[in-house]
Amino acid sequence: MNTETIAAIATALTNSGIGIIRLSGPEAFEIIDKIYVSPSGNKKLKESRSHQVHYGYIKDGGRIIDEVMVLVMRAPNTYTREDTVEIDCHGGAFIVQEILKTVLKYGARAAEPGEFTKRAFLNGRIDLSQAEAVMDFINAKNQYAMEASFCQLKGSVSNQIRKLREDILYQIAFIESALDDPEHISLEGYQDQLEEMVEKLLEQLDNILKQSENGRILTEGIKTVILGKPNAGKSSLLNLLAGEERAIVTAVPGTTRDILKEHIMLGGLSLHIVDTAGIRDTDDIVEKIGVQKAKESALNADFILYVVDSSIPLDKNDTEIIEFIKDKKAVVLLNKTDLIPVIKEEKIRSLTEKQVIPISAKNAEGIDILENAVKELFISGELAYNNEICITNIRQKQEIKEAYQSMLMLKKSLKDGMPEDFYTIDLMDAYTSLGHVIGESVEDDLINEIFEKFCMGK
Amino acid sequence: MPNLEETYDIAIVGAGHAGCEAALASARLGLNTIIFTISIDSIALMPCNPNIGGSSKGHLVREVDALGGEMGKNIDKTFLQSKMLNESKGPAVHSLRAQADKQEYTKEMRKILENTDNLTIKQAEVTELIVEDGKITGVKTYSNAIYHCQAVVLATGTYLKARCIYGDVSNETGPNGLQAANYLTDSLKNHGIEIQRFKTGTPARVDKRSIDFSKMEEQIGDQKIVPFSFSTDPESVQKDQVSCWLTYTNQETHRIIRENLDRSPLFSGVIEGTGPRYCPSIEDKVVKFADKDRHHVFIEPEGLYTNEMYLGGMSSSLPEDVQVAMYRTVPGLEHVKIVRNAYAIEYDCICPGQLKPTLEFKAIEGLFSSGQFNGSSGYEEAAAQGLVAGINAALKVLGKEPIILDRSQAYIGVLIDDLVTKENHEPYRMMTSRAEYRLLLRQDNADLRLSEIGYQVGLVPEETYKKVKEKEKQIEEEIKRLNKTVVGASESISNLLKQYGSTPLKTGTTLAELIRRPELDYKKIKEIDKDRKPLPEDIITQVDINIKYEGYIKRQLKQVEQFKKLENKKLSVDFDYNMVENLRKEARQKLNFYKPLSIGQASRISGVSPADISVLLIYLEQLRYRKE
Repeated sequence: MNTETIAAIATALTNSGIGIIRLSGPEAFEIIDKIYVSPSGNKKLKESRSHQVHYGYIKDGGRIIDEVMVLVMRAPNTYTREDTVEIDCHGGAFIVQEILKTVLKYGARAAEPGEFTKRAFLNGRIDLSQAEAVMDFINAKNQYAMEASFCQLKGSVSNQIRKLREDILYQIAFIESALDDPEHISLEGYQDQLEEMVEKLLEQLDNILKQSENGRILTEGIKTVILGKPNAGKSSLLNLLAGEERAIVTAVPGTTRDILKEHIMLGGLSLHIVDTAGIRDTDDIVEKIGVQKAKESALNADFILYVVDSSIPLDKNDTEIIEFIKDKKAVVLLNKTDLIPVIKEEKIRSLTEKQVIPISAKNAEGIDILENAVKELFISGELAYNNEICITNIRQKQEIKEAYQSMLMLKKSLKDGMPEDFYTIDLMDAYTSLGHVIGESVEDDLINEIFEKFCMGK
Repeated sequence: MPNLEETYDIAIVGAGHAGCEAALASARLGLNTIIFTISIDSIALMPCNPNIGGSSKGHLVREVDALGGEMGKNIDKTFLQSKMLNESKGPAVHSLRAQADKQEYTKEMRKILENTDNLTIKQAEVTELIVEDGKITGVKTYSNAIYHCQAVVLATGTYLKARCIYGDVSNETGPNGLQAANYLTDSLKNHGIEIQRFKTGTPARVDKRSIDFSKMEEQIGDQKIVPFSFSTDPESVQKDQVSCWLTYTNQETHRIIRENLDRSPLFSGVIEGTGPRYCPSIEDKVVKFADKDRHHVFIEPEGLYTNEMYLGGMSSSLPEDVQVAMYRTVPGLEHVKIVRNAYAIEYDCICPGQLKPTLEFKAIEGLFSSGQFNGSSGYEEAAAQGLVAGINAALKVLGKEPIILDRSQAYIGVLIDDLVTKENHEPYRMMTSRAEYRLLLRQDNADLRLSEIGYQVGLVPEETYKKVKEKEKQIEEEIKRLNKTVVGASESISNLLKQYGSTPLKTGTTLAELIRRPELDYKKIKEIDKDRKPLPEDIITQVDINIKYEGYIKRQLKQVEQFKKLENKKLSVDFDYNMVENLRKEARQKLNFYKPLSIGQASRISGVSPADISVLLIYLEQLRYRKE
């Protein structure tokens, strides 16, 4: 297998300073020697020591394409565990693509998405959770998500899960050995010990799940809803954040009847913003549906931007919204600071504990403060990428949820006073589920999923 | 020139617990069968413990019975005491154990063999296998007689190059001073079969008259005796039972053992074979559990015909004088007289990885093997393998598909899968912990699990099979009825619930829901179950278990479903694992040696990691894609 040498552009196709083309496979050195020429003209990279950088040129026949640095890495000490060559060339979509074309012309095959990772996985370089992290990394939408993927890649997920599995396995082994040799291994008082361990495990699994919620926010973005009375400036705010005229903005209250969705970056985080029809009692049937939807969206949101028009007084609709956002992550945006204020900051502050930020959507003022507020709310202290577990993968999360369920059932067995031999059923289930997270239990469905991810064989 | 030539369909080598089952299965399936034994008087001999069954072994006996084997029936005829073990634990680990009258057991089994059609018994030592073109064609005996046959089942137990040892005394004999079989090993080696050396041991037998039972705890049998065999009438086994006795070793015992460890052949290196960790000698226990103040000693009768008593828990290979001294420290054994010394026995056996799950050798067609020869320990493990090897040898000669039980079907499946798949460096003993799906593989439902297979094979009679089907139906109907019958919060129900400390009902509920409550069961709610018809005890047991543990059973069934997915991904025995470059070298070697029949089996081979299995799955998937 893997007799083919694959190649791909490793950097984004933008006008960045450097472009990188990577080759992996048994013919990586042969191919590079056909297109690389050293300043002296007679250096063969095939003979180069591993992990050495060579200066020179990439040529196609007599035509020089670019001045490059070539990194030679020999198997097995490479990411794919195959012979690997990395060509660092001048950035710019054109040059990078020219070099890739040349590489392909001389015998490499264009890599499929994730194929380098696939090889790393197949060659035993990385375990399953690391492979998945790379896939997530490729698909990551923003820089924080990338960092989260990185920490998984480094194996912190694997290590934590491995530890939990060891704990579970110890209990299984203890129960089993007591069943096999009741004369020498006693289960007296064991229930209490197991109960304690179950509680601890439940807590740890719950923590991982909570952090995976953060992971979801990082990869999928923060579900954000803009709430406020009609004409408070919600659409203007959205337009300002999105930088385009998306919502219809007029001075007539109730113009936004549909839910508008926008994907924006704020403080390095992705926000999926839903603009809603303003909350107020309405008889207009179309708008009524809009209001209904607004309430529903707000209920499921990770984050609420509550826009208050500072130029008109608060009413019962505001009280309703303030009450509604009490238990949610939210900020209050006191809009229209460009107009004469009717509502003072202090007034709002006395009504809610949420941060209040004066802004002017019209004059684009206060957005920097909002940006900081969002960062504070979603990443401050909660996500230290280097030492925390961040499960960003849905499959893994599902398995952890299942392990959690199994531990709950074990808790029930203990409560019901079931005999010890029943405990191992749920312990084994938890052990297996966690094994699936890191690929240490083999499961058929899992392999199918990998196939889809790696687009294999097709 | 051979002095005699005869032709049979199948030859069985050895007439212990494995050989007997193999011979009976083969003969009963209509094949002309010959069984060889070194001594006719030692057919189905119990050279060690005087009991059948026990934790997880009881499961094996009942499975053997459900498939049409003989062990269960034979012990039902010859037991002295019967006990259901672990009744305080869950139904999965309940296990039946019976004390046997050793001589009666042997006699009864011999009677069965002698009266089975198609079966010839021959006292002779088989010394050579005759193999032509990778196929077995016969066996040769010490007297140079040749027996032509199409299949052979080896069941040589502990007799191959056997050596019995205690202290510095060593006898080149099989168990109980019986003649060892010293030639067959060389023939096996000549045919490329890998041999290893195992050891096991047995405690001393002592004179009952020298024991003071007043210092021991009496161990009596169950009030209501449950037979092993599903076809034994429960009424027929209710009889007077003989007691066993429990006493303990103490610090003084342990001191004597420790001080004489250097005289033990195990520790001095005289014994090369590996012993069973799970059936340790008393000196092993004293070393391994150094912190324990005492160990159990069970005093068990060898039979009604004799005064000999077995000292369970104190097998040893210490010198004779140390044996006497150590036994005499045990309360009640102060003046004990040893009739037969304890000893360790070393013998040749095979690495069972050379076998297919059918128990046929991969390299020699028609050659099957079973029992301690396969590296197991215990009468029950032997019988289970003997039965399977006998059935499969017969099916082979008949040109039919073999039977393979998987790990979710039977303890027998677990036993054989473990033997042929996992590296085994000591005598393999069956244990409940080895069965992953043990809540499904209970001893109480072995008939429901396996009678169908036994019937299809042809060993379970039509009548028995129909009875099992009828039982199945009755269980199902009763469960259905209990799930449908709703009871309200009437006074009689409140009173009943109160009586058992159960929460009173607020709304109506089903009878099944009530049975599910930990403090209640089928029998306890009799009064409030107006439509109940009388049912036999075994059906009530099934109804109770299936309702009470429904949630757990369902979870275990889900585990089985996952397990089956990998079992159903078949691998060809011709597959060359060297073709899969990404497999680690060790995995490639192991897979090429074991040649597993499925991905599931491959995943259980020691030295093959989950990552290897992923690689293998991916490779196979790619092969499939390429073909498409």
